[in-house]
Amino acid sequence: MTSTITDAETRADARRQPGRLRRERIGHLLQHHGALMVLAATVLVGTAAFDSFATPQNAANIVVSSSFLAIVAIGMTFVVISGGIDLSVGSSFVLAGVLAAYGSRYGLLVALLLPLAVCGAIGLIQGLIVARTGMAPFIVTLAGLLGMRGLMLAVSDEGANTYLVRSEAFSALGQASFLGLTLPVWITLGLVLLGGVLLQRTGFGQNVYAIGGSEEAAVLMGVPVTRVKVLVYLISGLLAGLAGALNAARLSSGVTILGVGMELDVIAAVVIGGTLLTGGAGGLTGTMAGVLLLGVIQSLINQIGVLTSSFQQVVSGAFLALVVVMQRLLHRAQRLS
Amino acid sequence: MAEIAAAPRAWGGRVRLLAWLQEYGVYASVLALLLFNVVFTPHFLEVANFRTQLIQVAPVVITSLGLALVIGTEGIDLSVGSVMALASAIVVLYLGYGAPIAIIAALIAGAAVGACGGALVAYVGVQPIVATLALLVGVRGLANVLVPQLTEFRNPALITLGSRSVLGLPLVVVIAAALTVLVAFLVKRTTFGRQLVAVGGNRAASRLSGLPVRRVLVTVYVISGLLAAVAGVLATSRLQASDPTSLGLLMELSAITAVVVGGTPLTGGRVRVLGTVMGALLIQLLQATLIKHNLPQSWTQMVQAVIILAAVYAARGRRA
Repeated sequence: MTSTITDAETRADARRQPGRLRRERIGHLLQHHGALMVLAATVLVGTAAFDSFATPQNAANIVVSSSFLAIVAIGMTFVVISGGIDLSVGSSFVLAGVLAAYGSRYGLLVALLLPLAVCGAIGLIQGLIVARTGMAPFIVTLAGLLGMRGLMLAVSDEGANTYLVRSEAFSALGQASFLGLTLPVWITLGLVLLGGVLLQRTGFGQNVYAIGGSEEAAVLMGVPVTRVKVLVYLISGLLAGLAGALNAARLSSGVTILGVGMELDVIAAVVIGGTLLTGGAGGLTGTMAGVLLLGVIQSLINQIGVLTSSFQQVVSGAFLALVVVMQRLLHRAQRLS
Repeated sequence: MAEIAAAPRAWGGRVRLLAWLQEYGVYASVLALLLFNVVFTPHFLEVANFRTQLIQVAPVVITSLGLALVIGTEGIDLSVGSVMALASAIVVLYLGYGAPIAIIAALIAGAAVGACGGALVAYVGVQPIVATLALLVGVRGLANVLVPQLTEFRNPALITLGSRSVLGLPLVVVIAAALTVLVAFLVKRTTFGRQLVAVGGNRAASRLSGLPVRRVLVTVYVISGLLAAVAGVLATSRLQASDPTSLGLLMELSAITAVVVGGTPLTGGRVRVLGTVMGALLIQLLQATLIKHNLPQSWTQMVQAVIILAAVYAARGRRA
């Protein structure tokens, strides 16, 4: 009830002081397109500072290396909008890579379906536990993180065995180019479009936002909360599995040491993209801007050369902190005005 | 709550079992594992073995104590592993000024990271999981920038810290025990302890009744950072080298497991200090058992996953 009053007051105030309304609109713009604007600014600075930055080759590099993170981030965006979190995606990614490389000896289809089936099943189980028992998503998926890392080690002889991809067709899936960009980039683009339609134009997407906004209200409105939650974690598991499989195809092997801490990069990209971790707000455009921003920062740090890649972690961490502080301040400013 | 009140009698036993498990499950599990090892593991009942186990578990215990306080306020601190790495890097950087100054610098750095996290949570209102996630990423990077590769050292004072014994017990273990007593005292016997539990139980009510909610929150994160730094220094002195890329990696997971298994609810309002120590011991014993029976590392992680889920499920059964 308080919020109704505040809203009414806000509107009345806004009529009296048009300046406030403008400030509110700017806040809104920053919240939704902040990452895109910072991305544009960073690209401009990079172009001005380095001759070798704004080349088609470098742009292609950034896009190709970002595509795997992007696929995982699509699933994470769904989970986060629904008010949850999925810490298991990094482990999923690695497990899928190992399973894909292992399965490739039986041909393309097994190489693709085995990781999708396993990661999808684990996503489904996590979703069921979260939705049915009401346990905190972060602890359930934390257990998933550990369990899947254990499973990955068990499959790969304690991480000692790196399976090589034995299917030409499967390798092509990760390496073949079309119009100058590799296949994973096109797959990412397709998935972003599909995810965007799913999120913005379907009842399922509306339900995801509704649950994240207020679960109690969603229950009262008759939203099938359990089913939507389970689906959201299933999508996240499937996409992490797909990204891991494609990465194995690109590298032609199931590398066991990648993906540690990947969940953090993914969450950082989603949050930088303006999706609130409290759920109910956000979108895929922002997430993609966040993913690209992390990629561009990485590329800039590589250009500078003297700095090691650990410097990128410092920048990412600082950036993430900056973004959440900004979000809170905007939120507060909007409530106060 | 209403559900259980109205539940048929058959449910009563199950609910009571869950409640018992949450209260004493961790002690029973540690005891069961000990008994199993006494019977089935050769050379288990030897002093040397116990020494090794205790030395290995000490940093986990120290980190988990700080995390238990944070979780008691309904927060979480994911940055503890990175703080260990930062402390390790700073100790080595400042070793030229002597071990005491280097250690103090490392502890100050840990407390400063905690203060950053606490300020973000208490004053800006950022969710604890995001605030400390940013620190996890950034602080590990900082540690790597400061000390890019594994650096060995020969400072005798620092090496002694990790290898000395007091009254037959390793100094590292004595420090962990002393800190446990200190944190238990803090929680049970001080105003701050009561405020902490109140803030975790009901933040709005705490604020309305005039408790210094923000100060309590910041202090809790500072303590967590400080204890993680202590763990980092001790681990470094055991290793006789600083290795910021791998020291404390995934420590936050072990610590969260220890706290949760120990019976501190993730929803805050309660801190179980002894339970947390037992939780850390349980994980250590489990790892030792699996290793001694030649089961691979992968099993430990899968079993750990099941234990976390079971512990949280039991905690939920009690509250529901």
